[in-house]
Amino acid sequence: MTRKTNERYELNKQLAQMLKGGVIMDVTTSEQAKIAEEAGACAVMALERIPADIRAAGGVSRMSDPYMIKGIQDAVSIPVMAKCRIGHFVEAQILEAIEIDYIDESEVLSPADNIYHIDKTKFNVPFVCGARNLGEALRRIAEGASMIRTKGEPGTGDVVQAVSHMRLINSEIAALTAKRDDELYEAAKSLQVPYHLVKYVHNEGRLPVVNFAAGGIATPADAALMMQLGAEGVFVGSGIFKSGNPAKRARAIVQAVTNYQNPEILAKLSENLGEAMVGINEEEIKILMAERGQ
Amino acid sequence: MMKPVTIGILAVQGAFIEHRYMLESLGARCVELRNKENLAIPLDGLVLPGGESTVQGRILRDEGMFGILQQKIRDGLPVLATCAGLILLADHLSNDRASYFQTLPVTVRRNAYGRQLGSFITTAPVKGIGDVRMNFIRAPYIESVESGVDVLSVVDDHIVAVVYKNQLALSFHPEVGQDTRIHEFFLDRVRKKKG
Repeated sequence: MTRKTNERYELNKQLAQMLKGGVIMDVTTSEQAKIAEEAGACAVMALERIPADIRAAGGVSRMSDPYMIKGIQDAVSIPVMAKCRIGHFVEAQILEAIEIDYIDESEVLSPADNIYHIDKTKFNVPFVCGARNLGEALRRIAEGASMIRTKGEPGTGDVVQAVSHMRLINSEIAALTAKRDDELYEAAKSLQVPYHLVKYVHNEGRLPVVNFAAGGIATPADAALMMQLGAEGVFVGSGIFKSGNPAKRARAIVQAVTNYQNPEILAKLSENLGEAMVGINEEEIKILMAERGQ
Repeated sequence: MMKPVTIGILAVQGAFIEHRYMLESLGARCVELRNKENLAIPLDGLVLPGGESTVQGRILRDEGMFGILQQKIRDGLPVLATCAGLILLADHLSNDRASYFQTLPVTVRRNAYGRQLGSFITTAPVKGIGDVRMNFIRAPYIESVESGVDVLSVVDDHIVAVVYKNQLALSFHPEVGQDTRIHEFFLDRVRKKKG
């Protein structure tokens, strides 16, 4: 395998820039992928089961069948992403071999390694990883992730975790920005991340890669909430295809991300969407997926 | 003292903020175009940024912006279009049934270099500007042009930059780097048009 060059990493970060202001939708079939594309998804996440069903089914959850992913790649012209287990670098190699556009090293699947994440610098294909706080985000970036998302609590339809992760990351960035230069070494130590990334965040007041919201987003209002809190785009998993009218809800969420600051438009978009996914409250669930892979 | 100009940047999806920062650093005033109401502001120029053309086309229509912007382009509003923006302008897409503004008489191939693993960076000359570092990200290229279209740059036998009347369209992304020459070239065209 060829080592990823700096140019490749630059292009991978830039693909995430092109996805900004967009909605990445979980799909399980090529029919769903087409509905998502037609509704205005900027990318689709191909997986065998959406998080709500992974949660319901229990057991070990793995990378999807490459044949199924290829079917979705053939069905749509937008980028196709797929998930591999945390630390499962062979699943990642397989996804790279089928020329996936983005790999999500995801806590939604069962972790394959309780200590190590994938060394993403060894790949040409880009990676997105989840983060609950600034330390996690910068550790994933140090490992080669070219896009970050909140971990949320997938498959619940409950946005509370995504909100707290986004708020925490932003407040930690603000705190770093306010520090004196000579305090950054200690900050790197306590965040357990490389100094050069701390320095970047201190100088620029932002992560060095695009940051999306993910986990529990089920309505146009949820999507706009995450955008107002500083997300640069959203992932919607179970929220669309577990709802009453997926195509209409998908379109409404897409428009809500564009006009996230316009309550009149958001009000119109929220009308008559049919039933939202039922959802489970955070307190009612047994497995907190966000705890996986720190 | 240069004339102040107002550039509308299509901000429905994609890498629009990068264009905004670059144009503002060159002294232009920028407004983000997200809905029909935003289009009431008089514009001297228009930027169609990179992103996903299918998404941008969907939202342009859902927000009732499509016809208004198409008319502005037909009426001669100077346009800078990058990547997805080029797809929005093209008369024909060779590998997609969709079409959008159809104001630029060229045929464009979407995702012409394949998936993300086919994305690349190269340096090539652009007529009137010089050598430019070009980032192609799941990029399209122009397969053919009709008469009157001025080809500005060719990479590996494929056309990647053209000018036609008021429209400047590129396969690559000048907004993601530090080089501002393409945007300066665009602003010169905008100022000339403004008179």
